[in-house]
Amino acid sequence: MLSQLGEEAKLLAGGQSLIPLMKLRFANPKHLVDLNFISGTSYIKEENGGLRFGPMTRHAEIEASSQAAKIPIVRDCAAGIADVQVRNRGTIGGSLAEADPSGDWAAVLMTLQTDVRCLGPKGERTVPLANFIKDAYTTELAHDELVSEVIVRIPAKNSGGAYLAFKRSAPVYPTASAAVQLTMDGDTCRDVAIVLGCVGLTPIKVKEAEPMLRGVQINDKAISAAVESAHAAADPQSDMRGSAEYKRTLVGALVKRAIEIAVRRARGEQVEVSHIYA
Amino acid sequence: MPDTIQSVAIKVNVNGKPRSLKVEPRMLLVEMLREALDLTGTHVGCDTTYCGACTVLMNGAAVKSCTMFAVQADGAEITTVEGLERDGQLHPIQKAFGDAYGLQCGYCTPGLMLSAHHLLSRNQQPSEKDIRKAIAGNTCRCTGYQNVLKAIQLAAQNMKGA
Repeated sequence: MLSQLGEEAKLLAGGQSLIPLMKLRFANPKHLVDLNFISGTSYIKEENGGLRFGPMTRHAEIEASSQAAKIPIVRDCAAGIADVQVRNRGTIGGSLAEADPSGDWAAVLMTLQTDVRCLGPKGERTVPLANFIKDAYTTELAHDELVSEVIVRIPAKNSGGAYLAFKRSAPVYPTASAAVQLTMDGDTCRDVAIVLGCVGLTPIKVKEAEPMLRGVQINDKAISAAVESAHAAADPQSDMRGSAEYKRTLVGALVKRAIEIAVRRARGEQVEVSHIYA
Repeated sequence: MPDTIQSVAIKVNVNGKPRSLKVEPRMLLVEMLREALDLTGTHVGCDTTYCGACTVLMNGAAVKSCTMFAVQADGAEITTVEGLERDGQLHPIQKAFGDAYGLQCGYCTPGLMLSAHHLLSRNQQPSEKDIRKAIAGNTCRCTGYQNVLKAIQLAAQNMKGA
């Protein structure tokens, strides 16, 4: 159908980003293809050490899923997106395919080993999430392809993660967000991934911080070094949500808190995290 | 390439009544409720997926009816504020909003009551935190939310006995 309609057609998943964008005339597709009536596209399955999400799985379904709770950072994300009404409609596949620079899912899933399955007339292919997101609102998907599944590897034992987003109120996009996922070996950090959201055209992986934390004890000094790297890696724009300087400072503070919570969770502590409102 | 579709026949159950309608594909669900069915209890506040004044239940789950097309409700059950009362009796949530002074101008109230309905149908004993989270998508510019919170607590209490 997409091949017939051409490049001016857009897929409609949950519609919680696309419909507002259309009302604001930022998007003006000639045709909409509604995916909501295709059965069997909403599921969460555990298989071979990974979680497989159907593309039309709603945020609310992930929030309530005991399987998704196995990766606490995934639950943090699902439970904090916008508000109840939006979580009842919005989908994980739609969020990734929309690639909004302020979207939550891409930042969170980039801290994990995530693959996106893309389906088109030529067949299905698997794209690592880091390669899938190309630019603001731009993905690896061809115009006649859609996201058919999102596969997330369950982290190793002694892993913990946290996602913190700072918002002015529930329904708005965050001002800045930080996702941290790490694996501990006693007090020593074995592996770590830090991703910043809303402070660039795509989620930003703070690659410089990773070797600083890997193989060392997570203490105040190590966290400060990671925060410095986050400040340097952030590329925020001044807008109605705050100045670039403010966002740079904010995202550093979120990284610090997220590391601290991730370490506690890696030790097996139950820490409840919710998005932070101003 | 198909021509622009003029109208689509849909079947929707609204407040327990089956309805057959012909709607333009671009018509929003809230426009269908207000303009085609004259159910003007569902309000349009911001029209940008922020304020929640347009909240209705679709198959029992709260959704923003300004952020869905009417054609997407084909085959669904929709509950609006008009569908809350039964046999001339106010729903316990409606009664509690009155008794606890959970409204002032009333513009956001239908949306708030349906968000409360979504919560109380899944959680009979919500904590204050649960309630705050459940109504985070509904903006009220009069009450400061304090009495809304009390109204939902009162409704939860009254519905437990029912």
